[in-house]
Amino acid sequence: MTERRAGGHLTLPVGERDHVRGPSNAPVTLVEYGDYECPHCGRAYPIVKAVQGRVGNELRFVFRNFPLRESHPHAQRAAESAEAAGAQGRFWEMHDRLFERQFALDDEYLIEYAGDLGLDVERFRAELVGRVYEPRVREDFRSGVRSGVNGTPTFFINGVRYDGAWDEETLVAAIYALITPGKRA
Amino acid sequence: MTDTHRVATGALPVGTPAPDFTLGSAPGQTISLHDYRGRPVILAFYPADWSPVCGDQLTLYNEVLEEFARYGAQLLGVSVDGVWCHAEFAQRRNLHFPLLSDFEPKGEVSRRYGAYREGEGVSERALFVLDSDGIIRWSYVSPLSVNPGADGILQALEALAPQSTAT
Repeated sequence: MTERRAGGHLTLPVGERDHVRGPSNAPVTLVEYGDYECPHCGRAYPIVKAVQGRVGNELRFVFRNFPLRESHPHAQRAAESAEAAGAQGRFWEMHDRLFERQFALDDEYLIEYAGDLGLDVERFRAELVGRVYEPRVREDFRSGVRSGVNGTPTFFINGVRYDGAWDEETLVAAIYALITPGKRA
Repeated sequence: MTDTHRVATGALPVGTPAPDFTLGSAPGQTISLHDYRGRPVILAFYPADWSPVCGDQLTLYNEVLEEFARYGAQLLGVSVDGVWCHAEFAQRRNLHFPLLSDFEPKGEVSRRYGAYREGEGVSERALFVLDSDGIIRWSYVSPLSVNPGADGILQALEALAPQSTAT
């Protein structure tokens, strides 16, 4: 018999290891599996920001790496650099910088961004060259594959893969549908 | 009368020995299914080369080859595109697994697996996981426009050989 399968579910629950924006007790958690060199993820970036702005404290946003290394030659290094910045407490600042400067992701730019953000550049450079965060990025990638990520970006809302359109209005509506009725933007 | 030849026959069921085949894999080269006896094989039938990049099924599988390799599995893509088309597609996308041409007679192998769309003349988006003896152990037909991802394949491979799961 041919198996029928429902949409994906997040197999690695959101936890301590994750980079999180928004309160831990928010009723809705939006997880994005993304790639810093993917143009679709670049389009999603300001949309997610706008959604966060509108939903506010009722939303927790989590970003996990899903670099398509064969299609996007800078994606893996960019992901590792975000993790290296995260190790110095500046994940989101680097995340924003990478998406805002998707066209400039060579190593020398990554190191320049680390300097702009006030990071310990020598440590950042050493960790980047030493591929310190490669296993961590791979762990994100594997968790995505096992959860049914089938391209980038893939979103999960409260653990269930979201296959709908990800324009601002549709995403906000999908999120509000999970919040107590009556609470609307 | 109803157009009976368009009725889907359904993918070959689990437990069926996978029909052997020999298909072109590159200009002047062929690959036979029995070449891979002794290890799991993933057959990914798909409608056509050159679908959009980021959401593309084969692009995703190309990134997941390392995970498939943990189970010793070989991935083979199959569509009705010709070998030259496959060659250009594989090169542009940096694909590191064979693409086979079910080109002449057109769709013959896809038909034998119950994975051919007669009306459109293309393969279904159908997945088969074969064990090391060439028996179909899992299959899945996805709606044509939906990328089925790789999680089902990995679960099937895990079920085949849990003892060989790498850390």
